[in-house]
Amino acid sequence: MAVTAADAHRAIDAVWRIESPRLIAGLTRIVRDVGLAEDLAQDALVAAVEQWPESGVPDNPGAWLMATAKHRAIDRLRRNERLDRKHDELGRELEAAQKMSTAVPESGGEFGDDLLRLVFIACHPVLSTEARVALTLRLLGGLSTDEIARAFLVPEPTVAQRIVRAKRTLTAARVPFEVPTGADLAARLDSVLGVIYLIFNEGYSATAGDDWMRPALCLDALRLGRLVAELLPREPEAHGLVALMEIQASRTNARVGPSGEPILLLDQNRGQWDQLLIRRGLAALDRAEALGGALGPYALQAAIAACHARARTAAETDWAQIAALYDALAQLAYSPVVEINRAVAYGMAFGPAAGLELADALCSEPTLRSYHLLPSVRGDLLAKLGRSDEARSEFERAAALTRNARERDLLLERAAACSRS
Amino acid sequence: MRFLLYEVEGSNASTPPSPALMAEMGKLIEETTKAGILLATGGLGARSTRVRSSSGKLSVTDGPFTEAKELTGGFALIEVKTKEEAIEWAKRFRRIVGDGESVVQEVFR
Repeated sequence: MAVTAADAHRAIDAVWRIESPRLIAGLTRIVRDVGLAEDLAQDALVAAVEQWPESGVPDNPGAWLMATAKHRAIDRLRRNERLDRKHDELGRELEAAQKMSTAVPESGGEFGDDLLRLVFIACHPVLSTEARVALTLRLLGGLSTDEIARAFLVPEPTVAQRIVRAKRTLTAARVPFEVPTGADLAARLDSVLGVIYLIFNEGYSATAGDDWMRPALCLDALRLGRLVAELLPREPEAHGLVALMEIQASRTNARVGPSGEPILLLDQNRGQWDQLLIRRGLAALDRAEALGGALGPYALQAAIAACHARARTAAETDWAQIAALYDALAQLAYSPVVEINRAVAYGMAFGPAAGLELADALCSEPTLRSYHLLPSVRGDLLAKLGRSDEARSEFERAAALTRNARERDLLLERAAACSRS
Repeated sequence: MRFLLYEVEGSNASTPPSPALMAEMGKLIEETTKAGILLATGGLGARSTRVRSSSGKLSVTDGPFTEAKELTGGFALIEVKTKEEAIEWAKRFRRIVGDGESVVQEVFR
């Protein structure tokens, strides 16, 4: 079969997705500048696009890209040297590195360390959240700026500019290429996990009509999460986040109905849950728990998701356990949204009155004033208590607040049902 | 996209892999695990049994089945963005294990 140019380009894309994070990480270690490293990696990609359709993909494409990028680095530095002598030292270092190994180092060990350093640079706190997300997807996910733009529904130049600025910021701040240690590690890891979960949620919130790049973000996030957990096996929250994402992803097929309508967790057909991802999620949660100590926010959320995953039917759900986990989560990471969920769990575990007590306490919460979830939850609890009139007005209020048309229909239906009872 | 990668061979080829080969395979499995794409792997027993239905009549036959290429050795279930990415991993596998044939097949969820 003839290999067409389009075939060759798709094959190069595939190699790029696999190799680019390690390539950029390895180059960053040598040149100590992530922006320059990415430019060099791009140079190598351009060379591959020029040569591989003719020559075929080399046997060890990673080594080829690294060798090509290093050559470009030396060329560039020689050119710059004539203009600027201060690059001398860097040039010598590069040539030495070039002589030492043209081969790609083995996976694991040093390589893994470089990848981890790159993760921490891409999610560095000197950058805005948007910049961290874009840079992480670009450097570690192997996504193009166009793909990132499509996934986040923003114009491509915006993403391109975000990345250019981010790289400039990192250079200006002289952010070192290292894995943070001690007390620093916890805060920096928090940022890394936050970026990955944000990417996951962006993909998870995608709807049927969206570009497929959006749901694909879940896969990018899972890949990144699994990578970080493998590279930091002693960090329980890294495993906790992976567990949470695996279990949430297991419900992908069950959470949308045939006409694109969202299906709530308790109404989902559990036969459509992906048992493979559930098993992976539970195993990741076991790893987090086995490391000892109190569970962090991601592991707690994963433990809640695991309660649902373990129940073969909605009726078998261990609500008392979920309520206890929400108690722990509310203590550790209080937020009004966690509190609403805690009210729901209490309602299920200890009866609607117990749930309503928690929900009522949130009525003065200013951040929830325009959020449909609170009146919707209160409506449900009031209806269960037989307080139909109050329930109806809560459902109506929730319907007026939601921006999702299908959800609005659902809420209005429930309001109408209250009038009938 | 999920893909199942597996080997097919004539049923007579069943020499156990050398320790060096096992070590190389171990490295590849570690690499794909770290890359976050490997969902599951498994080895397959040498003998298979076929359960057939023909005109509503069931029959059970023990292998080996010399007439057909059988799934042998092991399999890997991976999750990647494109078919080409799955093929690239299959190539890496074949480079380690040498001559033979691997099949890359999409798995729908």
